Amino acid sequence: MNPLLNVTGVSKSYGDRIGCKDVSFDLYPGEVMGIVGESGSGKSTLLSCLAGHLGPDTGAVNFDTRIAGMRDTITMSEPERRMLSRTDWAFVHQHARDGLRMNVSAGGNVGERLMAVGARHYGEIREQAIDWLSRVEINADRVDDRPSAFSGGMQQRLQIARNLVTGPRLVFMDEPTGGLDVSVQARLLDLLRGLVREMNLSAIIVTHDLAVVRLLADRLMVMKDGHVVETGLTDQVLDDPQHGYTQLLVSSVLQV
Amino acid sequence: MITVDNVSKSFTLHNQAAATIPVMVGASLQVKAGECVALVGQSGSGKSTLMRMIYGNYLTAGGRIMVGDLDVAVAAPRDILALRRYTLGYVSQFLRVVPRVPTVEVVAEPLLATGTDRSAAIARAEVLLDNLNIPERLWSLSPTTFSGGEQQRVNIARGFAHNYPALLLDEPTASLDGVNREVVMSMIEEAKARGASIVGIFHDEAARDRVCDREIDVTGFTPRAAI
Repeated sequence: MNPLLNVTGVSKSYGDRIGCKDVSFDLYPGEVMGIVGESGSGKSTLLSCLAGHLGPDTGAVNFDTRIAGMRDTITMSEPERRMLSRTDWAFVHQHARDGLRMNVSAGGNVGERLMAVGARHYGEIREQAIDWLSRVEINADRVDDRPSAFSGGMQQRLQIARNLVTGPRLVFMDEPTGGLDVSVQARLLDLLRGLVREMNLSAIIVTHDLAVVRLLADRLMVMKDGHVVETGLTDQVLDDPQHGYTQLLVSSVLQV
Repeated sequence: MITVDNVSKSFTLHNQAAATIPVMVGASLQVKAGECVALVGQSGSGKSTLMRMIYGNYLTAGGRIMVGDLDVAVAAPRDILALRRYTLGYVSQFLRVVPRVPTVEVVAEPLLATGTDRSAAIARAEVLLDNLNIPERLWSLSPTTFSGGEQQRVNIARGFAHNYPALLLDEPTASLDGVNREVVMSMIEEAKARGASIVGIFHDEAARDRVCDREIDVTGFTPRAAI
């Protein structure tokens, strides 16, 4: 099997400060990778570079496109990259309001992404939007409400529906459960796990919550000061951490 | 099926004066198809550590751990994941599940992961739960609120859902009553009969004598300096 994403030597610095340095990895179809590290460790910078939101200084991010096979998404043209981010890619922001249009109805939020890939039949778009709202456990009678009238957890689920409606193959998630209370987090995690398996999604999840990656991620990458200090199988990295920083991270989690 | 060859392991505690603790040297064992081998030795001698190394949960410092034709000691994460999905099962002492997921789904999950048809996976899960005397009214509930013994039985059902060619059992009968222990014993015997290689930790001597063909004392793998 070929990797879906092949990342080699990605570095990004902000002047003298290092964002992320020389990151390389492969991600295979159906695989979920977690990136953990404290605030400022460069995990969000890396995610932005991978998702094409930020141009790295060096390195290549090769994605296995449906049409042309492996393509470097950094050097491809802007329209091509935009097309990718509407079809094969999805990006779930930490704050749902960054990923949603707050003045457009819930159904409109989901429908917009469908229209971006060419759907034009209103009835079908609405039907698909309602179907997706129910898959993320939002009642059909809320389809015409604006996200601003939703709770934080519902907004986050709406954002996920909006992202997954076009059947992407790779999902980037930036702290998808951050800022939600624990019962809502559990529901969201359960939902994400189901969707990942059902749709055979590959995902890269940035988080500082080790419980989240234990439940969702197959593999883990630990970052500190912009460098990857440890990688491996999620349960191996968490149960038998090798690097001093990872040991500190794992031993700092409060036990309930 | 399982070959552990001259394996060593140490823990380095970077945040506690970088102390390095050697815990195992020269560990070797072999388990053939249809054989059950018990790991014995006092608490803290490294039984669970060795088992976790075979599962790829702990890294191996040196030596080879062959499960089928994969060397777990050096394998890439995705190869270990595939091994765990199809070949190597593990029943740990503790159940770790996603909140909110119903018991029947928890048990069916390993089968779904191998691509088994959903209704067949659920049917198999129900048979296992029934055999292990988990009342049907609990099947649709999450096991997080179950008693210790019930959780352990759910864990066992999950571990036996798929017919793994190799199985690791960490005290599968520890908190079970007589009836359920008997059920688990016969499940282990059935697994042996279909040719599974099993490595187990059993503190219950009667259980060990009944299902295990050999014992391996892991105290023999403890580094001399640590004694």
